[in-house]
Amino acid sequence: MTKIAYVREKGIPPSPPPLTEVGIIRWVRQNLFSSWFNGILTLFSLYFIILILADFIPWAWGGHWQTKSLRECLDLDPNVACFSVLTARWKQLLFGLYPAEEYWRPTLTFILLLLSIVPILVPKYLKFFWFSAIYPGLAIWLLWGGSFWSVAIVYIGLIFGFATYVILSSKFLKTTSMALSASIVLTVLFYLFFSSLLVRFLSFLLPINLPFVDSLQLGGFTLSIVVGVSGIVASFPIGILLALGRQSNLPVIKMICVGFIEFIRGVPLITLLFVASVLLNYFLPPGTNFDIVLRVVIMVTLFSAAYMAEVIRGGLAGLPLGQHEASASLGLTYWQSQRLVIMPQALKISIPGIVNTFIGLFKDTTLVSIISLRDPVGLASTIRADSKWNGIYWELYIAIGLMFFVFCFGMSQYSQYLERKLKTDN
Amino acid sequence: MKKSLILGFLAAAGLTAGMASAATLDDVKARGNLNCGVSTGAPGFATVDDSGKNVGFDVDYCRALAAGIFGDPMAVKFVPLTSAVRFTALAAGEVDILARNTTWTYSRDTDLKQTFLGVNYYDGQGFMVKKDLGVSSTLELDGATVCIQVGTTTELNLADYFKENGMSYEPVPTADNAESQQQYLAGACDTYTTDASALHGTRVNLENPDAHLVLPEIISKEPLGPLVRHGDDNWADIGRWVLNALVIAEEKGITQANIDSWGNSKDAEVHRLLGTGDDDMMAMVGMPKNALYNAIKAGGNYGEIFENNLGATGGINIERGVNASWTKGGILYSPPFR
Repeated sequence: MTKIAYVREKGIPPSPPPLTEVGIIRWVRQNLFSSWFNGILTLFSLYFIILILADFIPWAWGGHWQTKSLRECLDLDPNVACFSVLTARWKQLLFGLYPAEEYWRPTLTFILLLLSIVPILVPKYLKFFWFSAIYPGLAIWLLWGGSFWSVAIVYIGLIFGFATYVILSSKFLKTTSMALSASIVLTVLFYLFFSSLLVRFLSFLLPINLPFVDSLQLGGFTLSIVVGVSGIVASFPIGILLALGRQSNLPVIKMICVGFIEFIRGVPLITLLFVASVLLNYFLPPGTNFDIVLRVVIMVTLFSAAYMAEVIRGGLAGLPLGQHEASASLGLTYWQSQRLVIMPQALKISIPGIVNTFIGLFKDTTLVSIISLRDPVGLASTIRADSKWNGIYWELYIAIGLMFFVFCFGMSQYSQYLERKLKTDN
Repeated sequence: MKKSLILGFLAAAGLTAGMASAATLDDVKARGNLNCGVSTGAPGFATVDDSGKNVGFDVDYCRALAAGIFGDPMAVKFVPLTSAVRFTALAAGEVDILARNTTWTYSRDTDLKQTFLGVNYYDGQGFMVKKDLGVSSTLELDGATVCIQVGTTTELNLADYFKENGMSYEPVPTADNAESQQQYLAGACDTYTTDASALHGTRVNLENPDAHLVLPEIISKEPLGPLVRHGDDNWADIGRWVLNALVIAEEKGITQANIDSWGNSKDAEVHRLLGTGDDDMMAMVGMPKNALYNAIKAGGNYGEIFENNLGATGGINIERGVNASWTKGGILYSPPFR
């Protein structure tokens, strides 16, 4: 038997990778210094970042927070930030000139807003959709105050209309369209003649009132969120209808939709805001008090609806014609096929564009400062007009910019989450 | 056909807008508060303080007017207005009166169909320089670099002034007062020019105010004053005479503190003004007899309002200068109250 001198029975244990191929060093080599050109770029960028931070960090870190005026800041140390303006004014930046003892109302409205979007976003909670439906009325009542019933009557009217429709269609009238038109007429009559009486009666029976707050007292981020969110919520369904209308076979509908979209897209938002702020009052009868925030919300909604329509049209165009034909061959009606087949796919394709429009709309709300509303940017100039804070620029704008960044970044993160969630291809 | 329809619609709209201003005082009384258009933010003239209260020189005028009408200086809704929307807001009836550091000019008075009630502040274009430049008069600025807001009347005034005096300058264009200030501090220009009241407002909050100087020359006329729509002379009279009453009160020495001690005064004009005599002067414009007493009591006389907002107490340190009463070397002069 020849003796085999040596047989290896176990594999050599893997040796650790070379130091330059692991961890941070590998990352740095691959990403920052992968070639001599990239290396130079990295060094340059580092130089500039350090240059900026060397100025910014001592300036911001040592900033004053407790002084009473810019003068005091400058007397203490003129080379650091004077964040005291934020200490003194952060409530105004958040709530505008809203009465201080009522701050809980916009705060509660905002918390409820976050709750009310949950059913729309998370399918598991869809059964709580009724809360999202009543939220707009609730928010209006909380923010502006007044009698609870004057807002609730809108919902009561809708319930009344629905009830008449159900009763009429099941008991008396044969065709759906007749029942529908009859219930619409009844609802309109209800709003016109009966609603104010009912409001008075209910207010007498069970008075629920909040102190009235004028629109001019809304401001700061409360105003941005009110205008932005109402614009976003209202423009989405209008945008879908416009997109569908633009593809309609009926010339009238098609022409109206195309005309509307092209007109709005051809006009800058600030022009529409000027119309809302100064021109509308000329044409309304004297004494009409058409709320300025409502006027602005309507204009912002119309504006973004036109953009939304085009974004959704892009999604519709991305669907092969076969989808329409397939749904038609299943015997679905137009609205059924839109709801069950076309829109779910088209909207999914359009998500990045839709969120893009939303973010753009939210940032565009700062334009209302030009028509005198006190949004955060408008407030910044009001604050600077106080002789105590005259001359403060960076501190205010950095704070406002950060707030906007938080909101917009949140929206964009959410859209990416939604895209991943709805991803159906392999 | 179509054109005449549109014209008719416009005419109707114009008519209704005109009707709105028929009896402003009645509208204001029915509403229970005065709608006063003020600046969204002009140092000393109108702003909001840390507690959210409206303060300022123009604000105090509106409070005096409201005190005259209602006896309550807080019965005012302040509508902030940017310069872009101020005149249309007044014309459309969104505000009853505009007290928004607005310069009185011919075309605004006539073409825009407004009535200026007088001048509550004589402003004008001035220059700020660093003290170490060694300049003490605008006439020594030959060859200087000047930070100037483009597209404003100040730009035109500047060109005219230097041309008249045979001097040259190099403009450094900026977008607004904020940018002018930054450029000036960064040394991009020797001097920067805008309304003198704004220069004073800026100067007090510079890192070292004593190193800067607002030159004494004023090179343009910017008389600021409150204004109302054409078409309601009674309302204009009320606004005008509340302003005049504040000026007269300073002339006579009637202050917020001592106003109650004038009951035994031998001056008949004081009694007419305060409504303490037999004559009910204010009935002529449909106001309560003690309207001007309340107006003066609200925020003091013109001098006190000036001091509290634009002077040392207001933190801006503007000298009275031409805005002093005519008895003290200024040009503030009210017609007699009789």
